[in-house]
Amino acid sequence: MKTLAFGLLTGVFFGFLLQRARVLRYEKQLGMLRLEDMTVIKFMVSAVLTGMAGTHVLYDLGLAQPSIKPTILGANAIGGLIFGAGWALLGYCPGTAVGAVGEGRLDALWGVLGMLAGAALFAEVYPALAQTVMVWGNLGGVTLPGILGASHWVVVGCMAGGGVALCLWFERKGL
Amino acid sequence: MQPPDVRSCAMMGAERRGMENGAAIGGGMHEHGGDRGWNPYAAGAGAGVLSTISVWIAGKYFGASTTFVTSAGMIEKALDAERVARMPYFLKEIPRVDWQWMFVAGILLGSLISALGSGSFRWQAVPPMWEGRFGPGTARRAVAAFLGGLVAIFGARLAGGCPSGHGLSGSIQLAVSGFLSLACFLAGGILAARFLYERRDGK
Repeated sequence: MKTLAFGLLTGVFFGFLLQRARVLRYEKQLGMLRLEDMTVIKFMVSAVLTGMAGTHVLYDLGLAQPSIKPTILGANAIGGLIFGAGWALLGYCPGTAVGAVGEGRLDALWGVLGMLAGAALFAEVYPALAQTVMVWGNLGGVTLPGILGASHWVVVGCMAGGGVALCLWFERKGL
Repeated sequence: MQPPDVRSCAMMGAERRGMENGAAIGGGMHEHGGDRGWNPYAAGAGAGVLSTISVWIAGKYFGASTTFVTSAGMIEKALDAERVARMPYFLKEIPRVDWQWMFVAGILLGSLISALGSGSFRWQAVPPMWEGRFGPGTARRAVAAFLGGLVAIFGARLAGGCPSGHGLSGSIQLAVSGFLSLACFLAGGILAARFLYERRDGK
């Protein structure tokens, strides 16, 4: 029960931030995919870098455990590309579609219904996929520090440098 | 927070202008008259802090796409519970209201609160950018949105996550799957967006 209440509360804050940053909008999502408006990327980079620093402090202090999804080259790449195609057509990703419904976007509601249908379809074909695409190139739960044999703080530092440079470039280009 | 009266009046015009020249929005480090929302870096940092707190207190990482699986499973269970009980994917992702389901419901609620509180709530069936390219037809937009959602969630479940689960939670943990999936989400999305909008842009 406590877990459910915490989920709802966390979601409310997240939805609030997404709406205030205006990243729930079709124009912002397609603006990013058309490489014209990088607001969503700026939000993402800032969230990832902040969360990255925070969670690794928690790991170092032993206050949290990682939950790493396996790297499956075939599934990640093929699924990722298919997702991208649907994303461009809908103009919202799963989390932002639900958020967009909250600010009155009726097309996002059709997107949510489509996602329910897509999830049902996936559940039907899962047994076949689980033995093919979803095992192609399974590397397990690997991380960048693990592969590089480097301290996670070195990798976090490089990511921070890269992220800041990318955003500075966006600002200079007026994106 | 901005004064709500001033905002709601200025909203429509200012937003349309912002949508027409997609660039320059959210560029500066300060708000422009309050009608363009919060700075994306500040709001993003807030989301990063929020995800850290969630991991710390609840041990939960952000994600959204599994909720569509559990929701579809709950609907199917109401129709044919025995069949759902036999399906391998619903044995893996159990159809029930869990932390993530509540998180996704919270996103809707939080967005609604923010939109109403800032005067930016607006019923809209066709986004202006879409209308500029494909016309004002609501049925056409609805069909595209439905198909887009169907394809997107299929891809996300195949990839094992969406921009929340892979893009945000995977990346903050420096997971290879997170960065790889995010790169493919964007690559697929950029290619498809180019295809959808190419004639108008002459690209």
